[in-house]
Amino acid sequence: MLATSITFKVMMGTTLLGATAGVVGSYAVLRRRALVSDMLAHAALPGICLAFLIVGARDIFALSIGALATGLVGLLLVTVLCRWTRTKEDAAIGIVLSTFFGAGVVLLSFAQRHHQGNQAGLDTYLFGEIAAMQSREVRLLLAVGTLVLLAVLALHKEFKVLAFDPEFAASQGWPIFLLDFGMMALLAVVTVVGLPICGVILMAALTILPSAAARFWTNRLGSLLLLAGLFGGVSAAVGTLLASPVPQQLLGFNPLAFGWHPSHLPPGPLIVLTTASLLVVSLFIAPQHGIAARLVGEFRLRARIFREHLLRSLYEMSEAELPALPAIAESALVDYRSWNRLLVDWQIRRAERRGLVELKDGTIRLTPDGLTTAADLTRTHRLWELFLVEYANIAEDHVDRDADDVEHLLPQPLIDDLQRRLAEEGRLPLQPRVDIPPPSMPESPHELEP
Amino acid sequence: MIDLFEPFRSTTAWWTIAVGATTNVACALVGCYLVLRRMSLMGDALAHAVLPGLVLAFLFSGTLNIVPLFFGAVTVGLLATFLIQSLHQYGRVPADASMGVVFTSMFALGVVLIKRYLSGIHFDAACVYEGLLQFVALNTVDVAGLEVPRTLLTIGPVLLMNILVIALFWKELKISSFDANLASAMGFSATFMHYLLMVLVAVTTVASFEAVGSILVVAMLIVPAATAHLLCDRLGHMVILACLAGVLSAVGGYWIARVWNVNPAGSMTIAAGGLYGLAVLFSPRHGMISTISRNLQTSLRVTCEDILAMLYRVEETDTQHRLDTSSAVQALGGGFVSRWGISALVRRRHIVRTKQGLQLTDTGRLAAKSLVRSHRLWEAYLVQHLGLPLDHIHEPAHRVEHFIDEKLRHNLEEVVDDTGRDPHGRDIPNG
Amino acid sequence: MPPPALEIHDVTVAYHRKPVLWDIDLVVPEGKLVGIVGPNGAGKTTLIKAALGLVPLASGKVEIYGKSLKQQRSLIGYVPQRESVDWDFPVTALDVVLMGTYGQLGWFRRPGKIQREAARVGLEQVGMSQYAHRQIRQLSGGQQQRVFLARALAQDARIYFMDEPFAGVDAATESAIVTLMQSLRSTGKTVFVVHHDLQTVAEYFDYVILLNMRLIACGPTKVTFSTKNLQATYGGRLTILDEAAEAIRQRDPLR
Repeated sequence: MLATSITFKVMMGTTLLGATAGVVGSYAVLRRRALVSDMLAHAALPGICLAFLIVGARDIFALSIGALATGLVGLLLVTVLCRWTRTKEDAAIGIVLSTFFGAGVVLLSFAQRHHQGNQAGLDTYLFGEIAAMQSREVRLLLAVGTLVLLAVLALHKEFKVLAFDPEFAASQGWPIFLLDFGMMALLAVVTVVGLPICGVILMAALTILPSAAARFWTNRLGSLLLLAGLFGGVSAAVGTLLASPVPQQLLGFNPLAFGWHPSHLPPGPLIVLTTASLLVVSLFIAPQHGIAARLVGEFRLRARIFREHLLRSLYEMSEAELPALPAIAESALVDYRSWNRLLVDWQIRRAERRGLVELKDGTIRLTPDGLTTAADLTRTHRLWELFLVEYANIAEDHVDRDADDVEHLLPQPLIDDLQRRLAEEGRLPLQPRVDIPPPSMPESPHELEP
Repeated sequence: MIDLFEPFRSTTAWWTIAVGATTNVACALVGCYLVLRRMSLMGDALAHAVLPGLVLAFLFSGTLNIVPLFFGAVTVGLLATFLIQSLHQYGRVPADASMGVVFTSMFALGVVLIKRYLSGIHFDAACVYEGLLQFVALNTVDVAGLEVPRTLLTIGPVLLMNILVIALFWKELKISSFDANLASAMGFSATFMHYLLMVLVAVTTVASFEAVGSILVVAMLIVPAATAHLLCDRLGHMVILACLAGVLSAVGGYWIARVWNVNPAGSMTIAAGGLYGLAVLFSPRHGMISTISRNLQTSLRVTCEDILAMLYRVEETDTQHRLDTSSAVQALGGGFVSRWGISALVRRRHIVRTKQGLQLTDTGRLAAKSLVRSHRLWEAYLVQHLGLPLDHIHEPAHRVEHFIDEKLRHNLEEVVDDTGRDPHGRDIPNG
Repeated sequence: MPPPALEIHDVTVAYHRKPVLWDIDLVVPEGKLVGIVGPNGAGKTTLIKAALGLVPLASGKVEIYGKSLKQQRSLIGYVPQRESVDWDFPVTALDVVLMGTYGQLGWFRRPGKIQREAARVGLEQVGMSQYAHRQIRQLSGGQQQRVFLARALAQDARIYFMDEPFAGVDAATESAIVTLMQSLRSTGKTVFVVHHDLQTVAEYFDYVILLNMRLIACGPTKVTFSTKNLQATYGGRLTILDEAAEAIRQRDPLR
């Protein structure tokens, strides 16, 4: 059970780290700065080496300060380069990331030669050393995590307005540059603290993946932050657990093992893969934003449009004989617009279930309810058509193109005018509206475009 | 007496530098396009994402032969590119986050695969990240009697391939880098160019691993290219300068590594960064130091002109009155630039110091006249064409006068009602 | 006599060292609905940004009700151009409008009942109450514009600066917005609007600022919006100004 208690301690540490990284990383992702945490992680190496050279021992506190220092310098450098040279942001990040790391590598080799530095030092830094997490480190995580989360909580509205509309925020008097730097500094702190635990690449993953996954589930910033923290924490816990001896002990076998001892596997990559799986799942099944939901929505929309076309066609085919409701052969309907027979069948039966049509011996007849619905649809369609044909040159100014209904799109006087025109041509379907007098309904159908 | 060139006096040195330089040039060629297309971080992403591909290639082929490794890298590289693109387009994940998501996940997968299947093999993380440049000269192959490092046989062909592809697709790459839509409209598939470039990156990255490792390859891709970008304005020049910067980084880096006995790949990166820093500061057109120097020169010129103009105006009101140096300096707001300006003017013989004070020489008076002419013409322009009231024209004219050259003065004369007097009623000196 | 709502003294604004606004000098009393009019590139947006302190001034100063901008920020409301925002951001319409109240709250404080009420009222005034909980990407162009407007209303300001509030907006929304602006004016507020449609200037605004890199005229619409002034505004760029601007850009020390 020693393994379990160590695992538990480690799990607590990684969960905290995952949660904090998820929350702080959300802001970076929203500000389109996802890879800044990658840069911070790489830029930390020279700081770690310098601290090691100065202090002479692997004191986690000193190393973290060193890492933070060079990380922040890197951040400032990126800002300076972007503002004062031609170099663009992505190149600036890449330059700082790689040159700082290169400097770190040089310093490391220097340290290794002259100080009998820990040969495994680079290994730890790159991949993390979760298993050796001490109580001290967990306490540091706890302290840092709490402070960072408190800061995020306190500055919630400031960060929100900064991230959404920096210009508006500036007009309100908020110190944009300071707030921005503060946001990034929080990210730096979390990255630096997590480095010895997770390693460089994986730390970047912890900041990006949870919020990318959380975004699929919510439309509000507060929920996004909470969910990102949750996802980060849970994945970290699960990943740590999977890499520990615990599943073996509990289940009698390790679900991941293909016959080898799992403690050979550092938890870091497993945490990342867990979060990635969460992302993939969210990508597909999340309601509203997930691919499945969007496909379904797309499908439903097309079905609705098809249904409306059907009803409209039924109206048009019945128009000549109104107010009598003729029986229309199904084959005639299919041929009317050269539709797929199966589709027509399916939607007609749905319409029957909803009481819009009557089916008898292969013919279709609109019910009175069906007539009203179909008339509405036809009226809308014809108003629109007429408007676009006649008034196309002022369409730009008068149309809020994303709205749904003609009634909401066009000014009432214009709608009245159009309706009057249609009525004169005898093409205005039955009126649900009381303010316009019912037209006389003679007239041959006009040419319809398919 | 320290022999600075000591590190270069051996064949090992030259072979190592050759490998470094070849790697850097191969990377710089591709990197130019990454920088221009604002895809620098794609280089970083791909360099990490190919890891699982390498592991799988090794597992399937059973050897460390470079060909299956390339194959694995290219396949996985294309997959990564595709995933990033799709995640962004269909998943609506922002572009940079897509990159981050894909490459970290794939890298994690790679690590898992390594630990699972390669744990028997000694896996020194350091070599993956730092490369083995220090050892390349030891692992040689006999080619026509020369002991050529084996790495060179890998990176050399890659360099040639890069040169070939870039030469072949020069126009297409150029257009699609500057305007993807235009390229598509002209019939070149911008998407194809994108994937082609990514393939080159993947291959170059893998070929460079041995020399510089996978993180520092990012430096070799981007930094020399960014340096060249700061120094010139044409693509052709940029590519050449980037290659040059790459070679210099290799040479300089090797030197640093030998003198201080540190990792050579890291040193090359530092050298490349140093070159970039020099470009940032000293680039003739855009460098910071150059800009500061230009600004100082302009400040000095403005101050000198202000001094001349002030003395002229003093003369206008009272031909006998002279300003002494300290009053002049004070009138200009003090500061060392004013004193410096006065000394400069004395040296140029535009003014002389007399017992009563500063006096304009004839050449000085001529120079002053042009300035005052500019000033008063501008004032007239402000009044007649911008409709500014009289009490609002002196300050703006005072700011702008220094930038009005002969040509602009001439144009002003044409649009301003030439009464020979400025809005305040003073004479406008003749041109 | 109360101080004028806005006073701009000899303001020159440079973009990348090149002057884009030359020596602007104007005074606008309070309680006016002011149209800012001029051709493309005339510096209309720049003028607003200069008044809001969002761009540095190469010379001159701006005063709001006789005091500097820093002291008067709480009196100012801003409706920026719609393009400047990330529409995928996870906020609802109500969230965006609430942001208008942040200036009043100061550091660390959260929006409370009063602020939520102000936001709700703002949404109602622009007719968007039923969209309060929609994510902003789901709104149409006109609706997004109205949300921005509601945000400015929630700022409860005395002076409003609006940058092209009618861009991409349908006729019904436009007249609703104008009605809103007029009701603001009737309560003594001053509203500055960058406007691009010359046909409606005389109908909407009682004050007008005509701009083309320099001030052509500023005053009551009836007298200022004259053919002569319009010709000067839209009659093409002053090449001399362009030349001088280019000369300055190439040789001016960085300020």
